[in-house]
Amino acid sequence: MKVILNEKDIKKIISNLVKKIIKKYKNLNKFGIIGIHTNGVYLAKRIAEKIEKSKKKKIDIGFLDITFYRDDIGYRQNIQSPKETEINFDLNNKDILLVDDVIYTGRTIRAAIEQILEIGRPKSISVAVLIDRGLRELPIYAEFVGKKIKTKPNQQVEILLREANLEGDKVIIYSK
Amino acid sequence: MLNVKKFNHKHLLGLEYLSKEEIEIILETAKPFKKLFTRSIKKVPTLRGRSVALLFYEPSTRTRTSFELAAKRLSADTVNITVQTSSVQKGESLIDTAKTLEAMKADFIVIRHFYSGAPHILAQNVSSSIINAGDGFHEHPTQGLLDIFTIKEKKGKIKDLKVVILGDILHSRVARSNLWGLTKLQANVVLCGPPTLIPPEIEKIFPNVEIEYNLEKAIKNADVINILRVQFERQLEHLFPSVREYSLLYGMNKERLKIAKDDVLILHPGPMNRGIEITTDVADSLNSVINQQVTNGVAIRMAVLYLLSLNTTSTKL
Repeated sequence: MKVILNEKDIKKIISNLVKKIIKKYKNLNKFGIIGIHTNGVYLAKRIAEKIEKSKKKKIDIGFLDITFYRDDIGYRQNIQSPKETEINFDLNNKDILLVDDVIYTGRTIRAAIEQILEIGRPKSISVAVLIDRGLRELPIYAEFVGKKIKTKPNQQVEILLREANLEGDKVIIYSK
Repeated sequence: MLNVKKFNHKHLLGLEYLSKEEIEIILETAKPFKKLFTRSIKKVPTLRGRSVALLFYEPSTRTRTSFELAAKRLSADTVNITVQTSSVQKGESLIDTAKTLEAMKADFIVIRHFYSGAPHILAQNVSSSIINAGDGFHEHPTQGLLDIFTIKEKKGKIKDLKVVILGDILHSRVARSNLWGLTKLQANVVLCGPPTLIPPEIEKIFPNVEIEYNLEKAIKNADVINILRVQFERQLEHLFPSVREYSLLYGMNKERLKIAKDDVLILHPGPMNRGIEITTDVADSLNSVINQQVTNGVAIRMAVLYLLSLNTTSTKL
């Protein structure tokens, strides 16, 4: 097991991500953030809070659970307990930033996009992640990436965030 | 946190066979499904490509429609076999009919049958997942689950609630599924009805359940009253003197409602005989959650189909 990012690194990465996000989205009235359960929700909240602080403006935020949109149901890999999707703002004609902790195969983001398009018709959807570990299986692209790392499929990248982890923020990598 | 991995059943035959934790997993899973109903697109792609056969040997509106909507909202395909227009009329046996559906690769068979245990026979003879939609006097597990879900949604808990099951307990599969589920979740269950309609020796199976023949006594301080339908199709004429007398002694009306707690919930599995087991003013009162039961039924059945679909290779009953 190896710690690749500590609390300080993660704080800096999120600050940099927020800077890039603010730079791109000029009209925050037509902007919304959606976090993917569970770590994506924590990160989305942190990002929204930072934007609100810097721009003094309330940001629309929603939470997405992609369990029912997975493409591996019945194969019994990684089945998680479904959580509630909560998007209480109008998605139509908004620029949506989808937030998750790691981008890997691209299948989670694919499922999230499918679900968002069933709820409404945003003007655009972009993706922000803390870690891009490569090894994409679908043509999916993350525009905002905190840190890119090279990994192998037999490795596990785990993001521990203080909202659910007593020891604070940490990113570790280990072989399965 | 409940973990869906702990639910490893392939079939849903009755609440008797589920643990407390497994029941809670179904209730929790139904919540995000219910949330979908507020969207304009109420459908998710979860069971795309799977097929659900609805095999009903007894009449039904809400259960069959509810299962069909649940399957469709999960993007599964559904086929309806109504016995009156099927080969059953030519004398085909239950197992042969089910084997035909299995050969057509139905992933799920939802069965309602007048014989207790019919779903169990299917589970032993075909490879599809079997869901019991009511078998004889035995169980109606999804009805039990939706009743419990509705109570928990309104009251926030099940444990220590006083729940009265009122009416024809003897012929009621709804009562039996409620009994299994509610006692596993530690509610205080009271059975009330004419002595002829309370199954003899039921206290041997459910030792913690109270039996009370007097309605006023039974519903005193009740948190929930689940009123059962008088089942005229099951030859009741010999079991109580008259419908009028039943209504006088065991019918739920506005006056009697005052005996229970102010915020008592009134449940009824439907279809109602208005004016017999329940008066119209009670059925349409603010205490009544009868319509919410129907909405919740679709969410519960979606949760059941979803959870069973994770375990199509399991051999557990």
